[in-house]
Amino acid sequence: MKKKVRINGYLAAGLILTAVIILWIVVGQFYTPYDPTKMSMDKLQGPTLAHLFGTDRFGRDIFSRVMRGSWTTLVIAVSTVAIGCVVGTIIGAVTGYFGGAADEALMRINDALTAFPSILLALVIISFLGPGKYNVTVALGIVFIPSFARVTRTAFAAQRDVNYITSARLMGASWIRILVVHMLPNTINVLLPAVTIGFNNAVLAEASMSFLGIGVNPPDVSMGYMLSEAQGMIKAAPWYAISVGIMIALLIFGVGLIGEGMQRLDKEVG
Amino acid sequence: MKYVLRRIVTLVLTMIMVSFLSFAAFHLISGDPAVVILGTSATPERLEALRRSMGLDQPFLIQYFRWLAGFFTGNLGISYSYQQPVAALIMPKLQVTFCMVMLSFAVIIICSFPIGLFSSRIAGSRLDWLHTTFNQLCMAVPAFFLSILVTYVFGIALKWFRPGAFPDLAKNPVGAMHYLFYAAVCIAIPRIAMCVRMMRSTIIGEMEKNYVRTAISRGNDRGRVLRRHVLKNSLVPTITLLGQTMAEIVSGGIVVEQVFGIPGMGRFLVLSISNKDYPVVQALVVILAFWVIMAGTVADLLNQTVDTRLRLGGR
Amino acid sequence: MKKRVLAGILALSMTGALLAGCGASGSGSSGSADAQATEAETEEAAAEEEAAPEAEEAPAEGGATAEHAATNEIVIGIAQDLDRSLDPHYTVAAGTKEVMFNVFEGLVKYDSNGDTIPAVAAEAPEISEDGLTYTFTLRDGVKFHNGETVDLDDVIYSITRCRDDENVNSQTRTGLACIADLQKDGDNKLVMTLSEPNTELMSLLTLAIIPSDYDQQDTAPVGTGPYKFVSRTAQDSVVLEKFADYWGTPGNLDKITYKINENAEGLMNGLSSGAIDLVSHLTTVQTAQLDEEEFNVETGTMNLVQALYLNNAVEPFNDIRVRQAMCYAVDRQYVLDMAFDGQGFLIGSNVFPAFTKYFDDSLTNYYEFNQTEAKRLLSEAGYPDGFDMTITVPQNYDPHVATGEVIADKLKEVGINATIKKVTWDQWLEETYNGRDFQSTVIGLTADPLTARSLLERFKSDADNNFINYSNAEYDELFQKAITCYDDAEQTEIYKALEKNLTENAASVYIQDMADMIAVRKGLTGLTFYPLYVLDVSTLKWE
Repeated sequence: MKKKVRINGYLAAGLILTAVIILWIVVGQFYTPYDPTKMSMDKLQGPTLAHLFGTDRFGRDIFSRVMRGSWTTLVIAVSTVAIGCVVGTIIGAVTGYFGGAADEALMRINDALTAFPSILLALVIISFLGPGKYNVTVALGIVFIPSFARVTRTAFAAQRDVNYITSARLMGASWIRILVVHMLPNTINVLLPAVTIGFNNAVLAEASMSFLGIGVNPPDVSMGYMLSEAQGMIKAAPWYAISVGIMIALLIFGVGLIGEGMQRLDKEVG
Repeated sequence: MKYVLRRIVTLVLTMIMVSFLSFAAFHLISGDPAVVILGTSATPERLEALRRSMGLDQPFLIQYFRWLAGFFTGNLGISYSYQQPVAALIMPKLQVTFCMVMLSFAVIIICSFPIGLFSSRIAGSRLDWLHTTFNQLCMAVPAFFLSILVTYVFGIALKWFRPGAFPDLAKNPVGAMHYLFYAAVCIAIPRIAMCVRMMRSTIIGEMEKNYVRTAISRGNDRGRVLRRHVLKNSLVPTITLLGQTMAEIVSGGIVVEQVFGIPGMGRFLVLSISNKDYPVVQALVVILAFWVIMAGTVADLLNQTVDTRLRLGGR
Repeated sequence: MKKRVLAGILALSMTGALLAGCGASGSGSSGSADAQATEAETEEAAAEEEAAPEAEEAPAEGGATAEHAATNEIVIGIAQDLDRSLDPHYTVAAGTKEVMFNVFEGLVKYDSNGDTIPAVAAEAPEISEDGLTYTFTLRDGVKFHNGETVDLDDVIYSITRCRDDENVNSQTRTGLACIADLQKDGDNKLVMTLSEPNTELMSLLTLAIIPSDYDQQDTAPVGTGPYKFVSRTAQDSVVLEKFADYWGTPGNLDKITYKINENAEGLMNGLSSGAIDLVSHLTTVQTAQLDEEEFNVETGTMNLVQALYLNNAVEPFNDIRVRQAMCYAVDRQYVLDMAFDGQGFLIGSNVFPAFTKYFDDSLTNYYEFNQTEAKRLLSEAGYPDGFDMTITVPQNYDPHVATGEVIADKLKEVGINATIKKVTWDQWLEETYNGRDFQSTVIGLTADPLTARSLLERFKSDADNNFINYSNAEYDELFQKAITCYDDAEQTEIYKALEKNLTENAASVYIQDMADMIAVRKGLTGLTFYPLYVLDVSTLKWE
């Protein structure tokens, strides 16, 4: 009993932390203490009560900027995972269920794609699409497809010949119905951890891309973009880099704890 | 032996696949290289002549095999931006990146195993939650944020190394490796956390298995059982993970190099992509992908020697 | 303390373990020409490692300065790689000319006042009374960096090439078109006959003299300047060395390394850590980060026209009212205060203040910051609610990026949504400047040669470097008048009228001549300011 409480501790802590951060980020869409892009002459001020995280080189309030920038990062990360998850699951489901030559071929391509380091693959796709917020989202989404496809394919393939699926098939259910209604719910337990890991990778990847100057463009802000800005002011305004860096870390940390908690829960239940 | 052969065949097939995909992709988007080189105002005759001399009038597949042959003989084409052979341009940068990645890899290996063992030891103890939390935290800190901090603290404040003053690798290898070490550690830390987590969970899983319980309850020394059986068996997933880690190190390296001002291929790759210098991008992409594929293969082959079961199992 | 030792041991063991693999692969890449330097460096590195624990107490300038001073060299940080081709006659980017100023010379060259003084020519030319014949005497024994002596054939080759080769920029070509004939007179006299007088000829003759029988200027340029080109590594560095056979006052430093880093933070880190000794074109935000005990910050002017250049051929900037609205909507003093701590010199047209002869200060405040007027003009033009636009900026130039951001902030107040598009330098040159594929861009234009013509000719509707697509019949007519006018005073007036034409038609949003903040490591002296966008390294020296 005692053990179970501790295991859920990670989940609880992760959920609370993530909820608080996401709430904070969502609030930032409606209210920020200052206009995050408004410049003022209070340049490069250290953290004060008026400016909790200080101000940047143009006198913009860093706290407000982090609120708004996290939103951009969050949206990109969520859309990225959504693209990867949906497309990956469809590919994985179909290939896993039907198997055969198409399955074999797709999995070889999958192998080839996973051979590319993720940022590298994203960069290559960007070189086709051109830089920018939306293109980065699409590029990262594509990058995440193979890993989701692989995970779901295994899950679907394992269920292919299970009794109730066979009987559903005999009862004349269409393959789409079988895939969606009968099989998909059973893959949730492999999908969810994949989603949490994917989300963290997506946050990191977006930050990396924007950091390299390929993601968002000002006056838009995102975590990675702010961090690259902050890097240039590390001596004059160390609080900038530190507050942005900590925010990214906390966001990933929260979701990571959820993943950890779920995994342990899983073990306990299974 | 049969397995090794099959693995090598797969390796070659994947490499061909990867290079073909890249070649086809860049072939589609890069437009007419002759126009890029001569400019839009060039006469059709000159363009035609250049196309012929570059072999651009050949069928696509022939071009691909020519390129592949060139790739293995060190002829990677001419950079659009610098009008120099790509091989000469990227070689020094690749050497730097290679050293950094290998250094990082070494750090990961050296740190992961002791920490992983230690962490499986304390599993279930009071310190466990602290360890798990710390581990998650390490995974959560982006490598480039770490790099910014390390550059500032060790480079500018403590002056242990001189950011922006990367010593020539050939002239001063010790200095260069010292410099690379900081970057390597920044890349390594999140990866170490992952490996530790993996080791821990496999060791714990292994310890709960019947044969271990039986062995210990029969009075065998716990440490000896751990060393002789558990460790060996839990090595397999860890080595696989390490093999996959190579891709992530290369990824992380692209960004971290920028922060540290390391003249590796990361900075060059990003610039070349922006500048649409496709011959350079193509060469770098394929080289890096090969590198990663090879790491995966080596990991698999290593697992072979560690775990005899794999050899028998019909993978 | 314990941790540090541990880290050190770890570092050493790591490096030891991996040396074998990497040292071997690296050794082939560069020769052993600099054996001494290598030794010194290794010792230095070793000494540093030993001294590491005490490093925080030791004054920073000790190690870093001594090293470069001892070998009598400096490292200069630059924000962009040089042009693809290093051929001086084909050079486009001001940043490339800034470096190559030390490698090439013409018959005459600029001194620090912006006047022309003899270089490859022994003395100022004899000019006939009608101004149509110039006789130059070649300086004796001027050597090229490849060891050959400059002869009349080289001079004639260089001048004719600049006049006739299509790859040379159009200002130079059209400027030199007046040279009808070049004749040798004996071994060392050159007689130049003009078809019509040209008041700006001397400035044009600063064009680089290069060997007539040398075909590798693209990659291994050869000139006659105080420094010779040694090597270039893409996106990494350019190395110059003192030219021992230089005809004039030789440079003080033996070796100049230009370290290329398109990432501004990289340059700043390099300065702080001692890897780089000098960086120009910094902003106050950047210089504020430097340690006052290590660096002097010298301030000059950049001698360029920084503006938000508007592409006059695309919507909505093809409408003069929109362009004028832009001029009213941008608070230039605010730009200076916000991004440059108030430093810089406001301008109102395409001439910078240091060019006193042509600078017309009355244009500076032609458009006073006035948002109501801006909005009125916008509604008149059919954009009562503003519009969306893109400002392209070269990401490697922090001042331009910062200017773009501040402008975007101001434009928002009149309803114009400006997005900043950061591009690499190469992209800027290829797509924005040569390709003219942009809506607006923040950049600084320099004058080279230092003539009013070179600053203003680009706005002629058919000029090949008219990247903003300015097209104004009156301007073209006036310009034609200016270049065919041989009376200096009258010509100056016409040039001023051209400037006014640009202002009135709001060709672009002219902002400022930027203050040039140069960070120079303490101990390094002799920095000379020119009214040009150059950095003369020959006068620099370690104390």
